[in-house]
Amino acid sequence: MSASLPYAVHETAGHDNASMTTVGFWIYLMSDCLIFAVLFATFGVLVHSTAGGPDGKGLFELPFVLGETMLLLVSSFTFGAGMLSAQAGRKKQLLAWLAVTFVLGLAFIAMELHEFSTLIHEGAGPSKSAFLSSFFTLVGTHGLHVTCGLAWLIVMAHQVVRFGLDGIALRRLACLSLFWHFLDLIWICVFTFVYLREFL
Amino acid sequence: MIGKLTLGAIPFHEPIIMGTLMVVLLGGIALLGAITYFGKWQYLWTEWFTSVDHKRIGVMYIILALIMLVRGFADAIMMRAQQAVAANGAAGYLPPHHYDQIFTAHGVIMIFFVATPLILGLMNVIVPLQIGARDVAFPFLNQLSFWLSVVGAVLVMLSMFVGDFAATGWVAYPPLSELGYSPTVGVDYYIWSLQVSGLGTLLTGVNLVVTILRMRAPGMDLMKMPVFTWTALITNMLIIAVFPVLTATLALLTADRYLGMHFFTNELGGNAMMYINLIWVWGHPEVYILILPCFGAFSEIIATFSGKPLFGYKSMVYATSSIGVLSFFVWLHHFFTMGSGANVNAFFGIMTSIISIPTGVKLFNWLFTMYRGRIRYHSSTLWTVGFMVTFAVGGMTGVLLAVPGADFVLHNSLFLVAHFHNVIIGGVVFGSLAAITFWFPKVFGFTLNEFWGKVSFWCWQIGFYLAFMPLYVLGFDGMTRRMNHYSNPDWHPWLIVALCGAVVIGAGIVAMGIQFAVSIRDRHAHRDITGDPWNGRSLEWATSSPAPLYNFAHIPQITSLEQHWDDKVSGRAYSQPDQYEDIHMPRNTGAGIILSGFSFALCFSLVWHIWPLAVASLIGAIATFIVRTYDRDVDYVIPASEVARIERDRYVRLWTTVSSPDLRPIHFEKAA
Repeated sequence: MSASLPYAVHETAGHDNASMTTVGFWIYLMSDCLIFAVLFATFGVLVHSTAGGPDGKGLFELPFVLGETMLLLVSSFTFGAGMLSAQAGRKKQLLAWLAVTFVLGLAFIAMELHEFSTLIHEGAGPSKSAFLSSFFTLVGTHGLHVTCGLAWLIVMAHQVVRFGLDGIALRRLACLSLFWHFLDLIWICVFTFVYLREFL
Repeated sequence: MIGKLTLGAIPFHEPIIMGTLMVVLLGGIALLGAITYFGKWQYLWTEWFTSVDHKRIGVMYIILALIMLVRGFADAIMMRAQQAVAANGAAGYLPPHHYDQIFTAHGVIMIFFVATPLILGLMNVIVPLQIGARDVAFPFLNQLSFWLSVVGAVLVMLSMFVGDFAATGWVAYPPLSELGYSPTVGVDYYIWSLQVSGLGTLLTGVNLVVTILRMRAPGMDLMKMPVFTWTALITNMLIIAVFPVLTATLALLTADRYLGMHFFTNELGGNAMMYINLIWVWGHPEVYILILPCFGAFSEIIATFSGKPLFGYKSMVYATSSIGVLSFFVWLHHFFTMGSGANVNAFFGIMTSIISIPTGVKLFNWLFTMYRGRIRYHSSTLWTVGFMVTFAVGGMTGVLLAVPGADFVLHNSLFLVAHFHNVIIGGVVFGSLAAITFWFPKVFGFTLNEFWGKVSFWCWQIGFYLAFMPLYVLGFDGMTRRMNHYSNPDWHPWLIVALCGAVVIGAGIVAMGIQFAVSIRDRHAHRDITGDPWNGRSLEWATSSPAPLYNFAHIPQITSLEQHWDDKVSGRAYSQPDQYEDIHMPRNTGAGIILSGFSFALCFSLVWHIWPLAVASLIGAIATFIVRTYDRDVDYVIPASEVARIERDRYVRLWTTVSSPDLRPIHFEKAA
């Protein structure tokens, strides 16, 4: 091929898959972030629309929610530790960290469900007022995301066992890691703007 | 077990709907029978339905859009006919509940299932070819996006025959769309069809942004990107930014309707204006999502058919980008009458007027591109010139509406209806049809019939003015939109003119159908041997027509904004390489269509509250996705010898048909 031809000298037919997937997933997370932005905005508009029903201050138990927060924060740490093991190629250690992360995430969901059921039993369900609708939807949407994350953790662990720590597994672990830390970040906002705000 | 679904859901007592159902059933049976008779199922399944090729997915998007255009137009002509007869105390032939569903379905279909798939289809076909990529970043997701759009379209169509559709207007404002005022399944069909197709659009947005940012051929920096790809980039960024808002907004309405919550109800603290704000935070950028790629297509077309580089490429890029940014600061102009106060209204009024500045920049750029060019009046050029005139009118009435004081008078009147049809038909429809004519040979290997293309253009152009200019007058005369019948005799003549206009547009659609049929019949006479039928400028014209599966045998090295033109001028174009390499391509998969099948079952069962089926199909959809992630054999290799054979055939065809000097655009060089 002569040098004057308008072709790339080193052509990569298979494009750089790993980084493309991570970029794509990152962009997807940003769009997910906007879903939460809408829910936060709605909560902000409706927070005082209690329609004569209970408000946040009378309902929320801050120490309990602080416990949830700690569970999620620690799970972010354990996932990070798991990623370090993955990059070092230590499969067993990774699986152990993933298991710990899963248990912490599950405990978070259990606590959230407990909180929801307590509220509903107290007569403060989502159909009681616009405030409670927006509270349950915002917190519940986060919880739904965590639940999806838990399912993904199981599938991911199984794929690591089955296929080993190959490029595809590392790529997907990186995405799951982004997802998990993202949920942590959202939760910090939930904790601050939904719960803590009531007590300031 | 089957939720709210009973035999009573089928509107046997509505002769119009039953007649339509018979036609659809007979037509459907005839189509399926023909496919079976000619033994084409295998071909359709392996070559199209399971394809992950961006060109084929793009074509399927456009076919979906054209089918839905016919449905949306049928709604339009029914409304025009109703308003032409329901004057001075006459009731017309459409009862109010049916009429309300028709204007809702018309808006939903035209925006979500005609304009959106047209745009997504065009971007799918063209963007990878323009940037020298072999496919999009995530081919499987691309397939899934398409089939999710199909599910949305099928749900809307189905709602006509099983149950009903929303009777709320196309943005389904609460509290009307709440359970108390819309107790039937109509709004539920609306919600789920938009949710599922919106998800598909969002995935496409992510896909194409990554494609454009990460898969450009080496040497193509952002300012060497063809302008259509630039508009596609901005459009897809807007998609990523606003479709989540639509998803969340509809989810909140769903929570109200399904879980008894109070986001937008009149009771217990709900706030309907919250919905109206949120839906337009999505809705206004949405119209720019639709129009920007059309601006891109017009830019390519006008440069090609003027034989000159696009005037002001950089200002075009900056104008596109600033329209993208400004589109987020205008949503409130859809409800100046909300009562947010003079200062807020003034801000949004001014921002809305400011948007006309970058749009004006574009218009002048197109005019200066034509100035002293050697203009060929191809039908694509006609669409472009028709657009420039029509869109300028629509833009000016838009600036008029942007003045809050004027808007208080014209709000919700037919003036508004005339304005947005003026920009959407004059911009998006003309743009898409121009783009289809322009890029058709790149996908199918032959050009479209010019005569019928021009007939179609003139019918659309004349029909548009006949149909919508009277609506401006009626708006000034105080006629509000969505009226089932009226008693002001002064309005009647204008509405008859509008009906005539709609009929002429209908003739334009028929002419388009004839154009496709005639072109397919005469395809051998209009083969595009060179791959460059219009003496084009950007990279997509460098490869053969139809573009091979892998688009480019060698990924080109980019040195210029108008790569193909410069290659032709310097004589580097059409030089046959002496060796080829293996090419990795994504393997076809049925996962997208299966997953969409489950999504359809899920949406349908949610509409009718068939909970067991809903749970089962949700599990099915998730399981399909997980199983797909276990499939590690998603690529295959086209061996170098096969590539060499395909390319050799191309060059043999090329050199036996045309002589080398004909391929050099000497007669257009330095035309200005």
